[in-house]
Amino acid sequence: MAAVVDVEPGISPAEERGSGSFSRAWVRFRRNKAAIAAAIFIVLQFLVAIFAQWLAPYNPYQGDYTATWQLPSSTHLLGTDDLGRDLLSRLIYGARVSLAVGVISQLVLLFIGIPIGAAAGLLGGWFDYLVQRVIDVLSSLPTLLFYILLLVTLGAGFKNIILAMALTGWMGIARIVRGQVLSLKETDFIRAARAMGGNTRHIIMVHLIRNTMTPVIVTATLGVPGAMFAEAGLSFLGLGIAPPETSWGQMIGAYQQYIQTFWHLTVFPALILAITMLAWVILGDALQDALSPSARR
Amino acid sequence: MSEQLLETIDLVKRFPIKRGFLGRPGATITAVDRVSLTIGQGETLGLVGESGCGKSTLGLTLMRLYEPTSGRVLFAGHDLTALKGEQFQRLRPQLQMIFQDPFASVDPRLTVEQIIREPLDIHQVGSMADRRKQVRHLADLVRLPTNALRRYPSEFSGGQQQRIGIARALALRPKLLICDEPVSSLDVSVQAQILNLLRDLQDEFQLSYLFISHNIAVTAFMSRQIGVMYLGRLVELGPAKAIVTEPRHPYTQALLRAVPEPDPARPKRLREMTGDVPSLIARPTGCPFHPRCPLAQAICTVEEPQLRTIAPDHQAACHFA
Amino acid sequence: MTRYIVTRIVGLLGVLLAVSAITFFLMHSIPGGPFDVMGGDKAVQIPDDVKQQLLKLYGLDKPLWEQYLLFLRNALRLDFGYSFSSSGRTVLQIIAAQWPYSIQLGLLTLAFSLLVGLFLGITGAVKRNTWIDNLGTGVSIFCMVMPSFVLAVLLQFVFAVKLHWVPTGGWESPRQWILPVIANSLGPILTLHRYTRGSILDVLDANYVRTARAKGMSELRVLTVHVFRNALMPLVTVAGPMIAHLVVGSFFIESIFRIPGVGFYWVNAISKRDYPMIMASTVIWTALISLTYMLTDIVYTWVDPRIRLVKEQ
Repeated sequence: MAAVVDVEPGISPAEERGSGSFSRAWVRFRRNKAAIAAAIFIVLQFLVAIFAQWLAPYNPYQGDYTATWQLPSSTHLLGTDDLGRDLLSRLIYGARVSLAVGVISQLVLLFIGIPIGAAAGLLGGWFDYLVQRVIDVLSSLPTLLFYILLLVTLGAGFKNIILAMALTGWMGIARIVRGQVLSLKETDFIRAARAMGGNTRHIIMVHLIRNTMTPVIVTATLGVPGAMFAEAGLSFLGLGIAPPETSWGQMIGAYQQYIQTFWHLTVFPALILAITMLAWVILGDALQDALSPSARR
Repeated sequence: MSEQLLETIDLVKRFPIKRGFLGRPGATITAVDRVSLTIGQGETLGLVGESGCGKSTLGLTLMRLYEPTSGRVLFAGHDLTALKGEQFQRLRPQLQMIFQDPFASVDPRLTVEQIIREPLDIHQVGSMADRRKQVRHLADLVRLPTNALRRYPSEFSGGQQQRIGIARALALRPKLLICDEPVSSLDVSVQAQILNLLRDLQDEFQLSYLFISHNIAVTAFMSRQIGVMYLGRLVELGPAKAIVTEPRHPYTQALLRAVPEPDPARPKRLREMTGDVPSLIARPTGCPFHPRCPLAQAICTVEEPQLRTIAPDHQAACHFA
Repeated sequence: MTRYIVTRIVGLLGVLLAVSAITFFLMHSIPGGPFDVMGGDKAVQIPDDVKQQLLKLYGLDKPLWEQYLLFLRNALRLDFGYSFSSSGRTVLQIIAAQWPYSIQLGLLTLAFSLLVGLFLGITGAVKRNTWIDNLGTGVSIFCMVMPSFVLAVLLQFVFAVKLHWVPTGGWESPRQWILPVIANSLGPILTLHRYTRGSILDVLDANYVRTARAKGMSELRVLTVHVFRNALMPLVTVAGPMIAHLVVGSFFIESIFRIPGVGFYWVNAISKRDYPMIMASTVIWTALISLTYMLTDIVYTWVDPRIRLVKEQ
């Protein structure tokens, strides 16, 4: 009776089932050519934003009054604007704003949304009920309308954009985390951990964080282009980034009326904005595919 | 009869049912109803019954994953129901559990090593090097391949995953293992391997098992004693051999008739059990089994039969047993 | 069912109460009041005594909470008062006059997006991984990464300014509708394409479709009888809210193409501190969108017999 012959099939190929380590996710991610291109583009953009001072050929805020309204040429690769400021330099500095708004807004959302969602899922009861009602109310606000109201109230500017996005956007993350925690709470492996004597701290640190990370990372990554979009839209309306600071959306809005002759002032910011958003969307999708391959076809 | 390890006395677990959006508590369902049983040192008590009969709830209540509503649980001389946090935590290692769905009961994002080490980490047994060594030893014990430790559970078959679960349950050197349908989600060919493994381990470590299953044949193979549950009540309790060869309660008889007959030449037995398990909310009056019982008489709809001794070590709750 | 609807309506009223309160207090904390300057001309200050009289006339001298309660009482009778910025017209009159433009823009956008989104979604799913599927995916990615206001500006530049095919703005003739509708339909096309393609692919994989094919049903009949009927049902859930969002207008499209819809007026109202106008549009807006969500959920149970609204547990 003691001699048991193990006839079970051995170890199946890594990518066959379920989800696992991040190193396996990396293997899957690496196979996605578009995702690698997008990731490289984003890294380059970060570098450009960080080293803007050295990379920009001209001072983006100081105009050359002898060279206003220049079309692209060899001295000014992308031309100049009404004050004679170099467009390429302004685009380079604009990358800072776009990336900062995109990334910082998501970090703030995570910072607010994760604790609230986790607490609601873990504690349940009246706290969960309260959080859910607040989320209901905030989600039924027309978002853009409230961005505008908030920014008119608080005044334009970088900090206030982030604040407006944080106040109206944390519900998405909170909802995801709450849902994950609720469904994890009912799983046998959490039950097993409690049966072994694991306390709440152990369960959060070892199981909950690991298992909620994937959807949170994907949501935050896909939230970046959304935030860039919103910033551009608000700046376009003149409510976002206030001069002398500049952003791509602001440029599109400011020079839209001159598009007839000075098309470069609108077209180049529009292009770089679209390409950047494309890169982030591809990256987010690829992360989703790599981290939870079973979640979609 | 060896020394007894676990005893439950009139154990009851009720759940409130909430309805509507504010919830009107008050109504409850009784999942475990006045269950008294004992498990001896190094012995196996089997618990059988259809799904929803309360056998899994009983297991989870013993683990204190559900707080019992009333009744007592005595374990190795301690009253488990009276123990508070810290004291219970010290006793916990002696009482471990194996789950039905091996894949669902291990965290998919931990490596096999981390999974088996988790109980050692929680109770901070020895140094990290000790724990690692211990994990390798446990993996050997349940016959996991040596290269398994750095892999993830999703890379393994159901049987292998159950081995991981067993290794984890053994890590704290428990005295009692609660096996909640440990083989019912496995292929039949793999079931035997796991059952044999459990029996080998029992011999080696003098383990006691509470073996929960809906399959009476599997339970009989594993157990010395068998308890039969129906709608939260223990309706028959006795030596495995007696339960299988001369069942006294009509429900036990029905369960045995449902076991597939390997020899087609033998005549089909008659009197199939009819009807479905009644819901716990609309519990029948009198004997809970009477709506489906072929022997039911007028008395069965009125008076609930209590467990009574009908042979040495053999009890049944039926007016006609 | 009745119980569910009542619960939802109570919830809806709660949301409206909360949204109106948030808007109200936020709005009043905006620096500056409606009667600081004369008719938009920043140079001309309104004399103090006149200003006091105006404030009194519009009830703005009362404490905030009293003003809010007053607003609530009047709003229940659909009375949102007079607009501060366009004298002599009530808010309701303005909305009644301008909304049709937004509704027209919205419905045209919906029709166009349905045409494009459904066509690309259906053909893409049925002829998976062919050029038409790739075209659909391309259009979908374009819609995702191109902000509508950027496309609006580019379209205006190419087709109105350079090529003179259509006017640059306005809303009088169908020729003026083309560009705004295209620019406005990016989001809806994306949603419709994704949902349609995804849900048809799901259904094509289903066992009942395999069975239908296995028993020799013609491909066309399989598609019409089994696939479309089951796959297009989930669209109800996205179509409802989509319509609601479309008919409330668009700030960007309306201001770029000078369409006198409610979106355009709302942005104006904010810069002019036109409290009644802001309150009315926000509340009507939220009510409309929340109501559509509710109706969508209810309609969905009729379309899909598998869904039950009563919450279990």
